Amino acid sequence: MIFFHNIGLYFTMLKKMFDKPTKWSVMRQLIIKDTEDTVVNSLGIISFVSFFIGGVITIQMALNMTGSLYPKYLIGFATREIIILEFAPTIISIIMAGKVGSFITSSIGSMRVTEQIDALEVMGVNSINYLVFPKVIAMLLYPFLISVAMFLGMLGGMAACIYGGYSTVDNFITGIQTEFIPFHMTYAFIKTFVFGLIIATVPSFHGYYMKGGALEVGKASTTSFIWTCVCIIILNYILTQILLG
Amino acid sequence: MIEIKNLQKSFDGIKVLSAISATFERGKTSLVIGESGSGKTVLLKCLLGLHNYDLGEIKFDGINYKNISDKEKMGLKSKIGTVFQGSALFDSMNIEENVMLPLKMFNNYSNDEMLDRVNQVLKRVNLENTNKKMPSEASGGMQKRVAIARAIVNNPKFLFCDEPNSGLDPNTAIIIDNLIKEITDEYKIVTIINSHDMNSVMEIGEKIIFLKEGNKEWEGSKHTIFKTDNESVTNFVYSSNLYKKVREMYIKNS
Repeated sequence: MIFFHNIGLYFTMLKKMFDKPTKWSVMRQLIIKDTEDTVVNSLGIISFVSFFIGGVITIQMALNMTGSLYPKYLIGFATREIIILEFAPTIISIIMAGKVGSFITSSIGSMRVTEQIDALEVMGVNSINYLVFPKVIAMLLYPFLISVAMFLGMLGGMAACIYGGYSTVDNFITGIQTEFIPFHMTYAFIKTFVFGLIIATVPSFHGYYMKGGALEVGKASTTSFIWTCVCIIILNYILTQILLG
Repeated sequence: MIEIKNLQKSFDGIKVLSAISATFERGKTSLVIGESGSGKTVLLKCLLGLHNYDLGEIKFDGINYKNISDKEKMGLKSKIGTVFQGSALFDSMNIEENVMLPLKMFNNYSNDEMLDRVNQVLKRVNLENTNKKMPSEASGGMQKRVAIARAIVNNPKFLFCDEPNSGLDPNTAIIIDNLIKEITDEYKIVTIINSHDMNSVMEIGEKIIFLKEGNKEWEGSKHTIFKTDNESVTNFVYSSNLYKKVREMYIKNS
Protein backbone atom coordinates (compact mmCIF):
# COMPACT_ATOMS: atom_id res chain seq x y z
CA MET A 1 0.00 0.00 0.00
CA ILE A 2 2.82 2.38 0.95
CA PHE A 3 4.48 1.50 -2.37
CA PHE A 4 1.46 2.72 -4.38
CA HIS A 5 1.09 5.75 -2.12
CA ASN A 6 4.72 6.68 -2.83
CA ILE A 7 4.25 6.24 -6.58
CA GLY A 8 1.25 8.60 -6.40
CA LEU A 9 3.26 11.04 -4.29
CA TYR A 10 6.14 10.92 -6.79
CA PHE A 11 3.88 11.90 -9.70
CA THR A 12 2.20 14.58 -7.56
CA MET A 13 5.68 15.97 -6.91
CA LEU A 14 6.40 16.02 -10.65
CA LYS A 15 3.16 17.95 -11.25
CA LYS A 16 3.86 20.41 -8.41
CA MET A 17 7.29 21.02 -9.91
CA PHE A 18 5.63 23.12 -12.62
CA ASP A 19 3.20 24.99 -10.30
CA LYS A 20 4.00 28.52 -9.16
CA PRO A 21 7.44 28.92 -10.76
CA THR A 22 10.25 30.65 -8.92
CA LYS A 23 11.38 34.04 -10.22
CA TRP A 24 13.68 33.65 -13.23
CA SER A 25 16.47 35.75 -11.67
CA VAL A 26 16.64 33.28 -8.76
CA MET A 27 16.01 30.17 -10.88
CA ARG A 28 18.84 31.03 -13.29
CA GLN A 29 21.36 31.00 -10.44
CA LEU A 30 19.95 27.71 -9.12
CA ILE A 31 20.25 26.08 -12.56
CA ILE A 32 23.87 27.21 -12.92
CA LYS A 33 24.72 25.91 -9.43
CA ASP A 34 22.96 22.58 -9.96
CA THR A 35 24.59 22.12 -13.38
CA GLU A 36 27.96 22.55 -11.72
CA ASP A 37 27.07 20.19 -8.84
CA THR A 38 25.56 17.43 -10.93
CA VAL A 39 27.14 17.52 -14.40
CA VAL A 40 30.40 19.50 -14.34
CA ASN A 41 31.62 17.99 -11.05
CA SER A 42 30.93 14.48 -12.37
CA LEU A 43 33.12 14.94 -15.43
CA GLY A 44 36.29 13.76 -13.66
CA ILE A 45 34.98 10.48 -12.24
CA ILE A 46 33.04 9.68 -15.42
CA SER A 47 36.14 10.26 -17.58
CA PHE A 48 38.30 8.12 -15.30
CA VAL A 49 35.82 5.24 -15.14
CA SER A 50 35.04 5.33 -18.88
CA PHE A 51 38.67 5.30 -19.98
CA PHE A 52 39.65 2.33 -17.83
CA ILE A 53 36.46 0.30 -18.27
CA GLY A 54 36.83 0.86 -22.04
CA GLY A 55 40.32 -0.62 -21.73
CA VAL A 56 39.07 -3.62 -19.73
CA ILE A 57 36.28 -4.29 -22.26
CA THR A 58 38.83 -4.32 -25.09
CA ILE A 59 41.23 -6.66 -23.24
CA GLN A 60 38.42 -9.10 -22.46
CA MET A 61 37.17 -9.00 -26.06
CA ALA A 62 40.68 -9.61 -27.34
CA LEU A 63 41.25 -12.55 -24.97
CA ASN A 64 37.99 -14.14 -26.12
CA MET A 65 38.84 -13.80 -29.83
CA THR A 66 42.06 -15.75 -30.00
CA GLY A 67 41.04 -18.09 -32.82
CA SER A 68 42.48 -17.45 -36.31
CA LEU A 69 38.95 -17.24 -37.76
CA TYR A 70 38.20 -14.01 -35.93
CA PRO A 71 39.26 -10.88 -37.82
CA LYS A 72 41.17 -8.51 -35.50
CA TYR A 73 38.91 -5.57 -36.28
CA LEU A 74 36.12 -7.36 -34.34
CA ILE A 75 37.80 -6.21 -31.10
CA GLY A 76 37.09 -2.56 -31.99
CA PHE A 77 33.65 -3.42 -33.30
CA ALA A 78 32.62 -5.25 -30.08
CA THR A 79 34.09 -2.52 -27.89
CA ARG A 80 32.08 0.14 -29.74
CA GLU A 81 28.85 -1.82 -29.51
CA ILE A 82 29.22 -2.49 -25.78
CA ILE A 83 30.16 1.09 -24.96
CA ILE A 84 27.46 2.78 -27.04
CA LEU A 85 24.63 0.39 -26.30
CA GLU A 86 25.10 -0.41 -22.63
CA PHE A 87 28.18 0.81 -20.85
CA ALA A 88 27.89 4.57 -21.44
CA PRO A 89 24.13 5.04 -21.07
CA THR A 90 23.30 2.41 -18.45
CA ILE A 91 26.38 1.62 -16.35
CA ILE A 92 27.43 5.27 -16.17
CA SER A 93 23.85 6.13 -15.13
CA ILE A 94 24.10 3.65 -12.26
CA ILE A 95 27.40 5.25 -11.22
CA MET A 96 25.69 8.67 -11.44
CA ALA A 97 22.79 7.35 -9.33
CA GLY A 98 25.38 6.71 -6.63
CA LYS A 99 27.34 9.92 -7.02
CA VAL A 100 24.76 12.55 -7.97
CA GLY A 101 21.67 10.75 -6.63
CA SER A 102 22.94 10.42 -3.08
CA PHE A 103 24.18 14.02 -3.21
CA ILE A 104 20.71 15.21 -4.23
CA THR A 105 18.94 13.13 -1.56
CA SER A 106 21.28 14.13 1.23
CA SER A 107 21.29 17.84 0.33
CA ILE A 108 17.48 18.06 0.09
CA GLY A 109 17.07 15.74 3.11
CA SER A 110 19.37 17.94 5.20
CA MET A 111 17.28 20.94 4.19
CA ARG A 112 14.17 19.10 5.38
CA VAL A 113 15.78 18.19 8.72
CA THR A 114 17.04 21.72 9.38
CA GLU A 115 13.66 23.32 8.46
CA GLN A 116 15.14 25.10 5.42
CA ILE A 117 12.30 23.72 3.28
CA ASP A 118 9.77 25.09 5.81
CA ALA A 119 11.57 28.44 5.60
CA LEU A 120 11.13 28.42 1.80
CA GLU A 121 7.43 27.56 2.11
CA VAL A 122 6.90 30.36 4.62
CA MET A 123 8.47 32.77 2.14
CA GLY A 124 5.79 31.72 -0.34
CA VAL A 125 8.26 29.76 -2.46
CA ASN A 126 7.11 26.56 -4.18
CA SER A 127 9.88 24.50 -2.60
CA ILE A 128 9.49 21.61 -5.07
CA ASN A 129 9.92 23.96 -8.01
CA TYR A 130 12.83 25.69 -6.24
CA LEU A 131 14.67 22.47 -5.37
CA VAL A 132 13.78 19.89 -8.03
CA PHE A 133 13.18 21.84 -11.25
CA PRO A 134 16.75 23.24 -11.56
CA LYS A 135 18.14 19.72 -11.11
CA VAL A 136 15.93 18.43 -13.91
CA ILE A 137 17.09 21.25 -16.19
CA ALA A 138 20.73 20.62 -15.20
CA MET A 139 20.36 16.94 -16.09
CA LEU A 140 19.33 17.90 -19.63
CA LEU A 141 23.09 18.28 -20.11
CA TYR A 142 23.56 14.66 -19.07
CA PRO A 143 23.77 13.40 -22.70
CA PHE A 144 26.89 15.57 -23.04
CA LEU A 145 28.45 13.64 -20.16
CA ILE A 146 27.53 10.35 -21.82
CA SER A 147 29.08 11.52 -25.12
CA VAL A 148 32.31 12.13 -23.23
CA ALA A 149 32.00 8.66 -21.64
CA MET A 150 31.52 7.07 -25.08
CA PHE A 151 34.52 8.86 -26.56
CA LEU A 152 36.84 8.15 -23.64
CA GLY A 153 35.64 4.54 -23.37
CA MET A 154 36.66 3.89 -26.96
CA LEU A 155 39.89 5.83 -26.52
CA GLY A 156 40.70 3.71 -23.45
CA GLY A 157 39.86 0.61 -25.45
CA MET A 158 42.18 1.69 -28.25
CA ALA A 159 45.01 2.46 -25.81
CA ALA A 160 44.64 -0.95 -24.14
CA CYS A 161 44.51 -2.65 -27.52
CA ILE A 162 47.70 -1.02 -28.77
CA TYR A 163 49.72 -1.22 -25.55
CA GLY A 164 48.56 -4.79 -24.89
CA GLY A 165 49.51 -5.75 -28.44
CA TYR A 166 46.11 -7.25 -29.21
CA SER A 167 45.59 -5.42 -32.50
CA THR A 168 46.81 -2.48 -34.55
CA VAL A 169 45.40 1.06 -34.50
CA ASP A 170 44.12 0.62 -38.07
CA ASN A 171 42.34 -2.61 -37.18
CA PHE A 172 40.76 -1.08 -34.10
CA ILE A 173 39.55 2.02 -35.97
CA THR A 174 38.24 -0.15 -38.81
CA GLY A 175 36.31 -2.14 -36.19
CA ILE A 176 34.87 1.02 -34.67
CA GLN A 177 33.64 2.12 -38.13
CA THR A 178 32.33 -1.26 -39.24
CA GLU A 179 28.59 -1.61 -39.70
CA PHE A 180 27.84 1.48 -37.68
CA ILE A 181 24.10 1.94 -37.19
CA PRO A 182 23.31 5.61 -36.46
CA PHE A 183 20.04 4.65 -34.73
CA HIS A 184 22.10 3.03 -31.97
CA MET A 185 23.26 6.51 -31.02
CA THR A 186 19.64 7.74 -31.00
CA TYR A 187 18.71 4.76 -28.83
CA ALA A 188 21.59 5.50 -26.45
CA PHE A 189 20.65 9.18 -26.13
CA ILE A 190 16.94 8.45 -25.62
CA LYS A 191 17.94 6.14 -22.76
CA THR A 192 20.34 8.77 -21.43
CA PHE A 193 17.66 11.44 -21.45
CA VAL A 194 15.18 9.22 -19.57
CA PHE A 195 17.81 8.08 -17.06
CA GLY A 196 18.83 11.72 -16.51
CA LEU A 197 15.27 12.58 -15.51
CA ILE A 198 15.20 9.57 -13.18
CA ILE A 199 18.52 10.55 -11.57
CA ALA A 200 17.20 14.08 -10.96
CA THR A 201 13.73 13.23 -9.68
CA VAL A 202 13.84 9.92 -7.76
CA PRO A 203 16.59 11.06 -5.32
CA SER A 204 14.83 14.45 -4.98
CA PHE A 205 11.63 12.61 -4.02
CA HIS A 206 13.43 10.58 -1.33
CA GLY A 207 15.11 13.70 0.07
CA TYR A 208 12.04 15.91 -0.04
CA TYR A 209 9.63 13.52 1.67
CA MET A 210 12.05 12.07 4.23
CA LYS A 211 11.16 12.25 7.91
CA GLY A 212 13.41 12.17 10.93
CA GLY A 213 16.94 13.35 11.65
CA ALA A 214 20.51 13.01 10.44
CA LEU A 215 20.45 9.19 10.58
CA GLU A 216 17.38 9.11 8.33
CA VAL A 217 19.17 11.34 5.79
CA GLY A 218 21.76 8.56 5.39
CA LYS A 219 19.04 5.91 5.14
CA ALA A 220 17.14 8.00 2.58
CA SER A 221 20.31 8.30 0.45
CA THR A 222 20.74 4.52 0.43
CA THR A 223 17.05 3.92 -0.36
CA SER A 224 17.15 6.52 -3.11
CA PHE A 225 20.20 4.84 -4.71
CA ILE A 226 18.45 1.46 -4.67
CA TRP A 227 15.23 2.81 -6.19
CA THR A 228 17.08 4.90 -8.79
CA CYS A 229 18.97 1.76 -9.88
CA VAL A 230 15.75 -0.28 -9.96
CA CYS A 231 14.04 2.37 -12.11
CA ILE A 232 17.05 2.61 -14.46
CA ILE A 233 17.29 -1.17 -14.92
CA ILE A 234 13.55 -1.64 -15.51
CA LEU A 235 13.35 1.32 -17.90
CA ASN A 236 16.48 0.07 -19.67
CA TYR A 237 14.70 -3.21 -20.38
CA ILE A 238 11.46 -1.52 -21.49
CA LEU A 239 13.20 1.04 -23.74
CA THR A 240 15.43 -1.62 -25.30
CA GLN A 241 12.40 -3.78 -26.07
CA ILE A 242 10.52 -0.81 -27.56
CA LEU A 243 13.40 0.73 -29.54
CA LEU A 244 15.44 -2.29 -30.58
CA GLY A 245 13.12 -5.26 -30.10
CA MET B 1 -3.84 41.37 15.08
CA ILE B 2 -4.07 37.58 14.88
CA GLU B 3 -7.19 35.84 16.13
CA ILE B 4 -7.46 32.10 16.61
CA LYS B 5 -10.86 30.56 17.28
CA ASN B 6 -11.44 26.95 18.34
CA LEU B 7 -8.39 25.72 16.47
CA GLN B 8 -8.18 21.94 16.31
CA LYS B 9 -5.56 19.71 14.82
CA SER B 10 -4.97 15.98 15.02
CA PHE B 11 -2.45 13.57 13.52
CA ASP B 12 -3.63 10.02 12.75
CA GLY B 13 -6.64 10.46 15.02
CA ILE B 14 -4.58 11.78 17.95
CA LYS B 15 -5.60 15.29 18.99
CA VAL B 16 -2.64 17.63 19.19
CA LEU B 17 -4.56 20.89 19.52
CA SER B 18 -7.99 21.03 21.16
CA ALA B 19 -10.14 24.10 20.57
CA ILE B 20 -7.43 26.72 21.06
CA SER B 21 -8.68 30.32 21.04
CA ALA B 22 -6.46 33.35 21.50
CA THR B 23 -5.81 36.88 20.29
CA PHE B 24 -2.35 38.29 19.60
CA GLU B 25 -2.09 42.07 19.43
CA ARG B 26 0.13 44.40 17.43
CA GLY B 27 3.21 45.80 19.17
CA LYS B 28 3.19 43.10 21.85
CA THR B 29 5.48 40.12 22.31
CA SER B 30 3.28 37.11 22.97
CA LEU B 31 4.80 33.91 24.29
CA VAL B 32 3.40 30.43 23.88
CA ILE B 33 4.89 28.22 26.57
CA GLY B 34 4.44 24.61 27.58
CA GLU B 35 6.23 21.31 27.97
CA SER B 36 7.70 19.46 24.98
CA GLY B 37 4.85 17.83 23.06
CA SER B 38 2.26 20.29 24.35
CA GLY B 39 1.45 21.47 20.80
CA LYS B 40 3.39 24.75 20.62
CA THR B 41 5.20 24.00 17.37
CA VAL B 42 2.06 22.54 15.76
CA LEU B 43 0.19 25.74 16.69
CA LEU B 44 2.96 27.83 15.15
CA LYS B 45 3.02 25.70 12.00
CA CYS B 46 -0.78 26.04 11.68
CA LEU B 47 -0.36 29.81 11.92
CA LEU B 48 2.37 29.72 9.28
CA GLY B 49 0.25 27.60 6.95
CA LEU B 50 2.72 24.70 7.11
CA HIS B 51 0.03 22.44 8.66
CA ASN B 52 -3.60 22.39 7.59
CA TYR B 53 -5.77 22.60 10.68
CA ASP B 54 -8.91 20.43 11.02
CA LEU B 55 -11.38 22.87 12.56
CA GLY B 56 -11.56 26.48 13.71
CA GLU B 57 -10.27 29.64 12.10
CA ILE B 58 -7.21 31.85 11.98
CA LYS B 59 -7.63 35.52 11.11
CA PHE B 60 -4.77 37.82 10.18
CA ASP B 61 -6.02 41.42 10.59
CA GLY B 62 -9.57 40.12 10.26
CA ILE B 63 -8.93 38.05 7.13
CA ASN B 64 -9.56 34.31 7.40
CA TYR B 65 -6.51 32.51 6.04
CA LYS B 66 -8.54 29.64 4.62
CA ASN B 67 -10.92 31.83 2.61
CA ILE B 68 -8.40 33.72 0.50
CA SER B 69 -7.01 33.07 -2.97
CA ASP B 70 -3.46 31.86 -3.64
CA LYS B 71 -2.48 35.35 -4.76
CA GLU B 72 -3.78 36.85 -1.53
CA LYS B 73 -1.98 34.11 0.41
CA MET B 74 1.26 35.17 -1.29
CA GLY B 75 0.54 38.76 -0.27
CA LEU B 76 -0.01 37.63 3.30
CA LYS B 77 3.15 35.51 3.30
CA SER B 78 5.18 38.56 2.26
CA LYS B 79 4.04 40.16 5.53
CA ILE B 80 5.20 37.23 7.66
CA GLY B 81 8.69 36.82 9.08
CA THR B 82 9.78 33.61 10.74
CA VAL B 83 12.70 32.65 12.95
CA PHE B 84 13.02 28.88 13.10
CA GLN B 85 14.37 26.91 16.04
CA GLY B 86 17.59 25.94 14.26
CA SER B 87 17.74 29.28 12.35
CA ALA B 88 17.09 27.42 9.05
CA LEU B 89 19.69 29.43 7.14
CA PHE B 90 20.46 28.15 3.65
CA ASP B 91 23.85 26.44 3.85
CA SER B 92 24.75 27.11 0.24
CA MET B 93 24.25 30.88 0.57
CA ASN B 94 26.29 33.44 2.48
CA ILE B 95 24.70 35.73 5.08
CA GLU B 96 23.96 38.47 2.54
CA GLU B 97 22.26 36.05 0.12
CA ASN B 98 20.26 34.48 2.97
CA VAL B 99 18.88 37.84 4.06
CA MET B 100 18.34 38.97 0.47
CA LEU B 101 16.27 35.94 -0.58
CA PRO B 102 12.85 37.15 0.74
CA LEU B 103 13.47 40.50 -0.99
CA LYS B 104 14.17 38.72 -4.28
CA MET B 105 11.06 36.57 -3.90
CA PHE B 106 8.53 39.27 -3.11
CA ASN B 107 9.85 42.46 -4.73
CA ASN B 108 11.28 43.83 -7.94
CA TYR B 109 14.00 45.98 -6.39
CA SER B 110 17.32 46.53 -8.12
CA ASN B 111 20.38 44.77 -6.75
CA ASP B 112 21.68 47.99 -5.15
CA GLU B 113 18.35 48.66 -3.44
CA MET B 114 18.26 45.13 -2.08
CA LEU B 115 21.85 45.38 -0.87
CA ASP B 116 21.06 48.66 0.93
CA ARG B 117 18.12 47.07 2.72
CA VAL B 118 20.19 43.98 3.62
CA ASN B 119 22.95 46.15 5.09
CA GLN B 120 20.34 48.15 6.98
CA VAL B 121 18.82 45.09 8.70
CA LEU B 122 22.22 43.49 9.32
CA LYS B 123 23.22 46.71 11.07
CA ARG B 124 19.97 46.55 13.06
CA VAL B 125 20.94 43.14 14.42
CA ASN B 126 24.56 44.24 14.99
CA LEU B 127 26.04 42.16 12.19
CA GLU B 128 27.72 44.76 10.00
CA ASN B 129 30.49 43.55 7.69
CA THR B 130 29.54 39.91 7.93
CA ASN B 131 27.83 39.81 4.51
CA LYS B 132 30.17 37.34 2.89
CA LYS B 133 30.41 34.88 5.78
CA MET B 134 28.82 31.47 5.30
CA PRO B 135 26.31 30.27 7.93
CA SER B 136 28.75 27.50 8.94
CA GLU B 137 31.30 30.20 9.87
CA ALA B 138 28.85 31.98 12.16
CA SER B 139 28.25 31.20 15.85
CA GLY B 140 24.84 30.07 17.13
CA GLY B 141 24.00 33.59 18.33
CA MET B 142 25.08 35.11 15.01
CA GLN B 143 22.97 32.58 13.10
CA LYS B 144 19.93 33.53 15.20
CA ARG B 145 20.54 37.20 14.46
CA VAL B 146 20.87 36.48 10.74
CA ALA B 147 17.57 34.58 10.96
CA ILE B 148 15.98 37.62 12.65
CA ALA B 149 17.45 39.91 9.97
CA ARG B 150 15.99 37.64 7.26
CA ALA B 151 12.64 37.64 9.05
CA ILE B 152 12.40 41.45 9.23
CA VAL B 153 13.98 42.37 5.89
CA ASN B 154 10.57 42.65 4.19
CA ASN B 155 9.11 44.87 6.95
CA PRO B 156 6.75 42.13 8.16
CA LYS B 157 3.52 42.74 10.05
CA PHE B 158 3.73 39.38 11.79
CA LEU B 159 6.81 37.77 13.34
CA PHE B 160 6.89 34.15 14.47
CA CYS B 161 9.80 32.76 16.46
CA ASP B 162 10.13 29.09 17.35
CA GLU B 163 12.33 28.80 20.44
CA PRO B 164 14.72 31.58 19.39
CA ASN B 165 16.89 30.99 22.48
CA SER B 166 17.42 27.27 22.22
CA GLY B 167 21.08 26.30 22.28
CA LEU B 168 22.30 29.77 23.25
CA ASP B 169 24.21 30.84 26.33
CA PRO B 170 22.18 32.95 28.83
CA ASN B 171 23.84 36.20 27.82
CA THR B 172 23.24 35.73 24.08
CA ALA B 173 19.69 34.53 24.84
CA ILE B 174 18.95 37.83 26.62
CA ILE B 175 20.43 39.79 23.67
CA ILE B 176 18.16 37.88 21.26
CA ASP B 177 15.11 38.41 23.52
CA ASN B 178 15.75 42.13 23.77
CA LEU B 179 16.32 42.37 20.02
CA ILE B 180 12.96 40.71 19.30
CA LYS B 181 11.24 42.97 21.84
CA GLU B 182 12.83 46.10 20.36
CA ILE B 183 11.90 45.09 16.83
CA THR B 184 8.31 44.39 17.93
CA ASP B 185 8.03 47.85 19.48
CA GLU B 186 9.85 49.59 16.63
CA TYR B 187 7.92 48.07 13.73
CA LYS B 188 4.65 47.63 15.68
CA ILE B 189 4.31 44.02 14.63
CA VAL B 190 2.46 41.04 16.04
CA THR B 191 5.14 38.80 17.54
CA ILE B 192 4.47 35.25 18.67
CA ILE B 193 7.30 33.33 20.33
CA ASN B 194 7.35 29.67 21.26
CA SER B 195 9.60 29.29 24.24
CA HIS B 196 10.82 27.06 27.03
CA ASP B 197 13.04 29.74 28.42
CA MET B 198 11.85 31.15 31.74
CA ASN B 199 14.07 34.21 31.38
CA SER B 200 12.14 35.12 28.22
CA VAL B 201 8.85 34.60 30.06
CA MET B 202 9.88 36.95 32.85
CA GLU B 203 11.57 39.54 30.60
CA ILE B 204 9.49 39.95 27.47
CA GLY B 205 6.23 38.04 28.06
CA GLU B 206 3.68 40.81 27.57
CA LYS B 207 1.17 38.10 26.87
CA ILE B 208 1.69 34.47 27.83
CA ILE B 209 -0.30 31.43 26.78
CA PHE B 210 0.37 28.14 28.52
CA LEU B 211 -0.42 24.96 26.58
CA LYS B 212 -0.77 21.53 28.13
CA GLU B 213 -1.49 18.42 26.08
CA GLY B 214 -2.94 20.52 23.28
CA ASN B 215 -5.24 22.58 25.51
CA LYS B 216 -4.92 26.23 26.46
CA GLU B 217 -4.47 25.85 30.21
CA TRP B 218 -3.76 29.44 31.17
CA GLU B 219 -3.41 32.95 29.72
CA GLY B 220 -1.82 35.99 31.33
CA SER B 221 1.30 38.14 31.33
CA LYS B 222 4.74 38.24 32.98
CA HIS B 223 3.12 40.13 35.88
CA THR B 224 0.19 37.81 36.48
CA ILE B 225 2.23 34.60 36.12
CA PHE B 226 3.73 35.25 39.58
CA LYS B 227 0.32 35.32 41.21
CA THR B 228 -1.39 32.46 39.42
CA ASP B 229 -2.51 29.48 41.46
CA ASN B 230 -2.92 27.28 38.37
CA GLU B 231 -1.02 24.19 39.43
CA SER B 232 0.07 23.17 35.90
CA VAL B 233 1.57 26.62 35.27
CA THR B 234 3.34 26.83 38.62
CA ASN B 235 4.71 23.29 38.22
CA PHE B 236 6.08 24.19 34.79
CA VAL B 237 7.32 27.74 35.39
CA TYR B 238 8.57 27.29 38.94
CA SER B 239 10.09 23.86 38.51
CA SER B 240 13.49 25.10 39.73
CA ASN B 241 14.16 26.16 43.32
CA LEU B 242 15.55 29.48 42.11
CA TYR B 243 12.30 30.45 40.40
CA LYS B 244 10.28 29.21 43.40
CA LYS B 245 12.27 31.61 45.61
CA VAL B 246 11.90 34.44 43.10
CA ARG B 247 8.15 33.91 43.12
CA GLU B 248 7.97 33.84 46.93
CA MET B 249 9.95 37.10 47.11
CA TYR B 250 7.78 38.71 44.43
CA ILE B 251 4.58 37.80 46.28
CA LYS B 252 6.07 38.93 49.62
CA ASN B 253 7.17 42.28 48.19
CA SER B 254 3.92 42.99 46.40
